[in-house]
Amino acid sequence: METLVVLIPLLLLAGSAISGILALAKTRGHEVPDRAISWIACTGPVLAFLFTVLIFNNMGEGQVLVAGYDWILAGGAWIKAGFAVDHLTMVMLMVVTGVGSLIHVYSTGYMKGDGGYARYFCYLNLFMFFMLVLVMANSLLLLFVGWEGVGLCSYLLIGFWWADEAKARAGMKAFLVNRIGDAGFLLGMLAIYKTAGTLNFQDLRTFVAGNPEAFLQGSGFFGVSLATASCLLLFLGATGKSAQIPLYVWLPDAMAGPTPVSALIHAATMVTAGVYMIGRMNFLYALSPTSMIVVSLVGALTAFFAGTIAMTQFDIKKVLAYSTVSQLGYMFIAAGLGAVSVAVFHLVAHAFFKACLFLGSGSVIHAMDGEQDMRKMGGLQRKMPITFITMAVSALAMAGIPPLAGFFSKDEILWKAFSSELGHGWFLWLLGIAAAFCTAVYMGRLIFMTFFGSCRADEKTRAHIHESPKSMTGVLAVLGVGAAVIGFLNVPHFLGGHAAFSHYVDSALMAAGEEPLAAETGSVAVELSLALLSVMVAFAGLMLAWRWWVKDPSLPATYVDRYPEVYELVHDKYRVDEFYQGAIVEPLENVADGTLYKAIDRKGVDGAVNGMARAFRWLGARLASAETGNVRTYVAVMIAGILLVMLSLLT
Amino acid sequence: MLSLVIFLPLFGALFILAAPSLEEKRIKWVALAVTILDFLVSLPLWFRYDGDSGVLFQLGQSAEWIPSLGIRYEVALDGISLLLVLLVTFIMPLVVVGSVKTITRRHREFYTLLLALQTFMLGAFAARDLFLFYMFWELMVVPMFLIIGIWGGKPRIYAALKFFIYTLFGSLPMLVAVLYLYTKLKAQAAADPSIEAAYSLDALSSLTLTLKEQWLCFIAFGLSFAVKVPMFPFHTWLPDAHTEAPTPGSVVLAGVLLKMGGYGFLRFAIPFFPLAVQQAVPALYFFAVVGIVYAALVALVQTDVKRLVAYSSVSHMGLIVLGIFALNPDGVRGGVYQMLAHGLTTGGLFLLVGMLYERRHTREFSEFGGVAHRMPVYAFFFLAITLGSIGMPGLNGFVGEFLIFLGTFRESPVTAFIAVTGVILGAWYMLTTVKKIFFGEIRNDANRSLVDIDRREIAVLAPLLLMIIIMGVMPAPFLNKMEASVQAVVQGYMTAVGR
Repeated sequence: METLVVLIPLLLLAGSAISGILALAKTRGHEVPDRAISWIACTGPVLAFLFTVLIFNNMGEGQVLVAGYDWILAGGAWIKAGFAVDHLTMVMLMVVTGVGSLIHVYSTGYMKGDGGYARYFCYLNLFMFFMLVLVMANSLLLLFVGWEGVGLCSYLLIGFWWADEAKARAGMKAFLVNRIGDAGFLLGMLAIYKTAGTLNFQDLRTFVAGNPEAFLQGSGFFGVSLATASCLLLFLGATGKSAQIPLYVWLPDAMAGPTPVSALIHAATMVTAGVYMIGRMNFLYALSPTSMIVVSLVGALTAFFAGTIAMTQFDIKKVLAYSTVSQLGYMFIAAGLGAVSVAVFHLVAHAFFKACLFLGSGSVIHAMDGEQDMRKMGGLQRKMPITFITMAVSALAMAGIPPLAGFFSKDEILWKAFSSELGHGWFLWLLGIAAAFCTAVYMGRLIFMTFFGSCRADEKTRAHIHESPKSMTGVLAVLGVGAAVIGFLNVPHFLGGHAAFSHYVDSALMAAGEEPLAAETGSVAVELSLALLSVMVAFAGLMLAWRWWVKDPSLPATYVDRYPEVYELVHDKYRVDEFYQGAIVEPLENVADGTLYKAIDRKGVDGAVNGMARAFRWLGARLASAETGNVRTYVAVMIAGILLVMLSLLT
Repeated sequence: MLSLVIFLPLFGALFILAAPSLEEKRIKWVALAVTILDFLVSLPLWFRYDGDSGVLFQLGQSAEWIPSLGIRYEVALDGISLLLVLLVTFIMPLVVVGSVKTITRRHREFYTLLLALQTFMLGAFAARDLFLFYMFWELMVVPMFLIIGIWGGKPRIYAALKFFIYTLFGSLPMLVAVLYLYTKLKAQAAADPSIEAAYSLDALSSLTLTLKEQWLCFIAFGLSFAVKVPMFPFHTWLPDAHTEAPTPGSVVLAGVLLKMGGYGFLRFAIPFFPLAVQQAVPALYFFAVVGIVYAALVALVQTDVKRLVAYSSVSHMGLIVLGIFALNPDGVRGGVYQMLAHGLTTGGLFLLVGMLYERRHTREFSEFGGVAHRMPVYAFFFLAITLGSIGMPGLNGFVGEFLIFLGTFRESPVTAFIAVTGVILGAWYMLTTVKKIFFGEIRNDANRSLVDIDRREIAVLAPLLLMIIIMGVMPAPFLNKMEASVQAVVQGYMTAVGR
């Protein structure tokens, strides 16, 4: 088992290295057939998936540990680089290797004929390697290696078509915004290490259980406890990686990357890393109610905020991007309520329907000759039946229509919020249900604008709209089925199920006899009526979308005309990017250039030095007679001098 | 053996100088042979140095030199010196290979100076006699000054002079302090026969100084080290020196010479003047942190690639100083590790910039764009080494940075908070650099005929990248070598200040 665990990431690393060497060889004019690269690139993920299944079948209740090797000596003890696979990791492994394999296969079709074919798979394999390190790491520090590593791959893949400067800039933006979060993450780790003397998850959990008071003492910052300080710093990292307020701004721009990348990295796996991290560290978050409130509030606000933006975008991938931000918000609501298994369940469901939607949009974009504007689409359902059906199922799943996956996963989150004993539970629920309405509207809008009505593309494009090749539609079908049925893994008790998924994940996170953090109040009747309510909200959203974008497409325009300022504000994404640019980036650059460099460095410090230099030059002019200008003489004199001094003194 | 490692390059230099029949073209091969040989001779040092033996300084050699003045020729290595010596011998062959195209005239003089410089650097890292150290320390300046002044870019005389004045500004007070320490020891030896009056570091360790004396000497030594590091606000010589120096000069300067400052603090300032250091720590933190952020911001607005890398160096060196003066094992360990890491990554970056300069004879950002179209292999190395430089986990920079931040955080979380912003800014200016040079379409026609790096250039970069990866994934062997010495520095300081 340990061997299998170690092999999983190594397979991907090897695949990446080979593809990378082939990519470089190609630039030197060597012939490398794309078929060979496809095989090399897909072998790793598929084998990793098979190994994951093997481990799943054999691991039982406990966990698989790989002790690893001495990595960094810090504070008198070695931080070991090793792996720990428990049920939570197992779920993530399934998603990463499963969806990862599918997207590799899809990519062989989507990227066909691209000049950077080998380079693409080099990055994609490397991404999976780092993602696997992230979820399998036995310590926060090794998790951080994966954390920054996936960020690097995200940067490389967003800017994959770097000849387009806007795309290169989008990649850089992603990296830098994430770096801000990562700085927080790093400081959080330092605080934890200083307090507990370990970053190993198991040791840390033991430490926290035995000495909670160590983390409850003041941190010296704003009167918060050490636990709160560390948790909030780690969460800052999560807002970067998982695109939450205030650091979500990079994700919509990340759509510059190839669409399979958006599906794998910017929807299904990497962006969920923050949720995973909080789940992994839930024992520490449990010590800090303040940080839990912050996490769930930020999640709820993000869910609603991004949901409103998604309703006003026309770029099909931008809609999906903001929808991802919004859905990640739901996961943080649950994570902040301590309901880790619920958050992770939405993560899994989301991985299926969002990956399917992204790949479907890729299929559409492929057919439309690269067009992403939904205003130029329409009526594609007959020409692309598989794409249409799978995307529609996924959209309904995300909107929360029973019995598709999103219904179970989202409803559980809303219920956790509503039934929470915490005072702000109702507020979370309200934002959540409002966001659910937005979800139904923008999903309905996306499907209706793309597949219904008449085609608004120009003649040339319309002529060759076609269904995508089997490597792509096959993957869509698998994901679509997943989006439809995955919910049955976790049918809640009030609907006669056993919440099997939650039990599986919780068993990894709770010590024996421990209860889930957010105790539930409220009766089955309330639970049932709330579920009905959210289904009604979803249907209402879809109906509205139907009325506005199918029955009477002139309606949206009349509303836009009635409230132009509001619409413009939302459509411009609340102008947050502009705010950051004007309030942070530009002032910083101005200070750096005007004040620091030109005034202080050149005029201030250098001015003083140059004054001295002038004095020396004056002196030098007087001594110039000794200079012959022959460098060889200088050198010879210098060396002879040294030797002479050394020899004469030695004797 | 250690002496052989130190003086082999100087013999090489003499050979080149003394053999006028040697063709100009052949000289670089001789230099290459000498540096490779020196590296091979230095490798056994790694295996023979035993970090667990309890003896700190090993592989030593000593001889009488000027007994009347208490000066001995005494060299030995502890873990820190060992690693720095190996950094020198590892990087020098790469410098020679990398300078083949850059140096187009006066080969004989250039390689003579370069090899002499190598001996001086090795000597400074290995010296166990204060006077010997001071001699090597001063000698280093001469070849560097000439390399910048003769083979440099256009305003090279200005840059060389600035370098010289700055260094002089630091060195003269240090000489006074060195002589003072000896005189003081001699007076104490007269009163107490158990004390030996000598410049040897072992003898000097029995010297007792008042707080005031410590302060004066610390300022004298510290000024010299701070200029060399360089610490804000003594840093402005570096951008000019780097920008005007020929590529090999910049690589040696960034890769090795700057480490001399940090090494000086560790080896001399902290052990000899602990009480002054203790009082100076808040100020040192302040200047280090200001330097980190300030230099990073200034780097952000540079238009010349080399100048940008130079400011990034100032910022990174601030981190090293911060780690060292955290004065706990994590900080010092991180500081030393970062010296090695920075030597490799920044040395690599200067080599890379040099390769581009050889092709286009410019380093202005506005001249480039889309270079990755023409030079994909070069772009790969540039990005990889950049990632090492900005502290990507899994590469060497991260290990040092993490330990430095940890060490700093233990002493002062606020300082660590500010210093960490340097990590964000570092990624900002380096990735901007990558974007401006490599990405986008080629707009400047001069870039259309660029040729990707050849085998020779790959042979320079590949060993660097390999070490950058090894030191990131498996830092344990390196950390083990230095551990006893790191502990000795920290323990010595703690005992002295009574903590």
